[in-house]
Amino acid sequence: MIRRLLLAVPVLLGVVFVVMLTIDYLPGDAVTLMLGEHATKDAVAKLREHLGLDKPFLVRYLDYVGRVARGDLGRSIQQNRPVAAELADAWPATLELTVAALVIATVAGIAAGVASAVWPNSLFDGLARLGSLFGLSMPIFWTGLVLIVVFSLWLNWLPVGGAGSLIHLVLPAVTLALPSVAMIARMTRSAVLDVLREDYVRTARAKGVGEFLVLARHALRNAFIPILTLLGLQSGQLMGGAVLTETVFAWPGLGRLMVKAIFARDYILLQGAVLVFALAFVIINLIVDLSYGLLDPRIGRQG
Amino acid sequence: MNAWARFRRNRLALVGLALVVLLAFSALLAPWLAPYDPTRQSLIEKRARPGAKYLLGADEFGRDILSRVIYGARVALVVGVLSSAIALVGGLLLGVVAGFAGAWLDAVMMRGLEILLAFPYLLLALAIVAALGTGTLNTTIAVGIWGVPAVARIVRGSVLALRETEYVGAARALGAPPPALLRRHILPNIVPGLIVYGTLFMANAILLEAALSFLGLGVQPPTASWGLMVSTGRDVLLVAPHVATVPGLAIMVAVLAFNLVGDGLRDALDPRLRGSV
Repeated sequence: MIRRLLLAVPVLLGVVFVVMLTIDYLPGDAVTLMLGEHATKDAVAKLREHLGLDKPFLVRYLDYVGRVARGDLGRSIQQNRPVAAELADAWPATLELTVAALVIATVAGIAAGVASAVWPNSLFDGLARLGSLFGLSMPIFWTGLVLIVVFSLWLNWLPVGGAGSLIHLVLPAVTLALPSVAMIARMTRSAVLDVLREDYVRTARAKGVGEFLVLARHALRNAFIPILTLLGLQSGQLMGGAVLTETVFAWPGLGRLMVKAIFARDYILLQGAVLVFALAFVIINLIVDLSYGLLDPRIGRQG
Repeated sequence: MNAWARFRRNRLALVGLALVVLLAFSALLAPWLAPYDPTRQSLIEKRARPGAKYLLGADEFGRDILSRVIYGARVALVVGVLSSAIALVGGLLLGVVAGFAGAWLDAVMMRGLEILLAFPYLLLALAIVAALGTGTLNTTIAVGIWGVPAVARIVRGSVLALRETEYVGAARALGAPPPALLRRHILPNIVPGLIVYGTLFMANAILLEAALSFLGLGVQPPTASWGLMVSTGRDVLLVAPHVATVPGLAIMVAVLAFNLVGDGLRDALDPRLRGSV
């Protein structure tokens, strides 16, 4: 467990390195953007020095990492507020959105996948498989707009955007969840179908275990391993999708903050936002890794 | 039974292929197929509903949506094909080097790839776009680079597995130099998997281009990109829903087409790949 945690550190250091290196080649200059096009050379140079942009890349990198290690993410260029404060304002909204989407995706995806596997080639299976093909092909920002047209404009059931109450959460969470529902349903179907062919399932049936228990105790528990791996990967998809969903629904989260930071060339804020996303992704996959052992005692803790 | 015969028996794959051909035609023949110039504005007809003059309606500037959707196929396919090429070639090179070099070079490269893969989906592309800037060419490069790590990992895995096979071992024992090994024994075994992955990647590349353009960080106006069209339509969503929703349908159809063909190719070329690609 501790070894795993330590292994995450170089990954995060690498993420910061890659982001800083890419931003370093940013064509538009944050400083010129801040001071306007008619700023004197002197003023530009002064501000660059103030922001530390005159130092070589490696020095800045080590400096940033050192400050992050002490919990200082710097000040955003645009708002001149501590980045940590801006991120702290935004991340609960993103967490709320992605967790809601993950719950919807897991419940709906597994339910649909199991039903498809139990009645393969039935009408439901056909519809579910067709539906998941479409679910995987729909651009998420467009799904969001279509749901707004149907549920806000035509039916007038749900608000167009914004955040604050559970009713505001419904459309963004469903939008964000849909591609993952499709992916999880597909994976669950094939995993359960594989397990149902196993000898131990036949043995369980032969000794008279009811079909529900066979599914719950034997099939699902074993099928859950590949599903779990997929859930870890899907969490990354959800975070990326959150950037789009938040933009569509004016959801005040990290994704929108990040897009704003890119437009404003606020690289300090952007670095912080990417770092938070990467950290969340690493932690989720760590949890996934650790839960393998809980599901399957054979995997144990040796990995 | 050969691959084409297997592919042909897959009805969904054939539907996908028909859609891909349709897309390719509309991209190639756009100037002849489109009823209007995709940038021609007619402000008195802005947000026109779908009708006899504008089959799919007109957008905020009174531009014909059908014509823009047809021209949009060009952007989607060009960005898709070129970025897939970047991802496949880059990934193939890195994967082969890592797989062949072994030892510390492999370890260093794999750690590097892991870092790139630790970026949640879309965020790496966003970071690259933030660095390169917007525009069609930069979007293509960003989408291509975004695809490299996954390809490299797949190729490295196959190279490592193939190196252990008896026929590669035998060829090496007979004194075949690495380039010959690569060309005769390794590449022919990797290519089917890469064709499948490349086709499925096309679907993702089209989605990603659309997403970046939707955010305003991809293809720039007035170029007719589907993602950009959805984005401009978003501002008038509540008064003229067709402006945003129609181009999105085009994205879905294109992505669906490449997903269907990719799935079909996978089952036809190498059924063992089912579930792994």
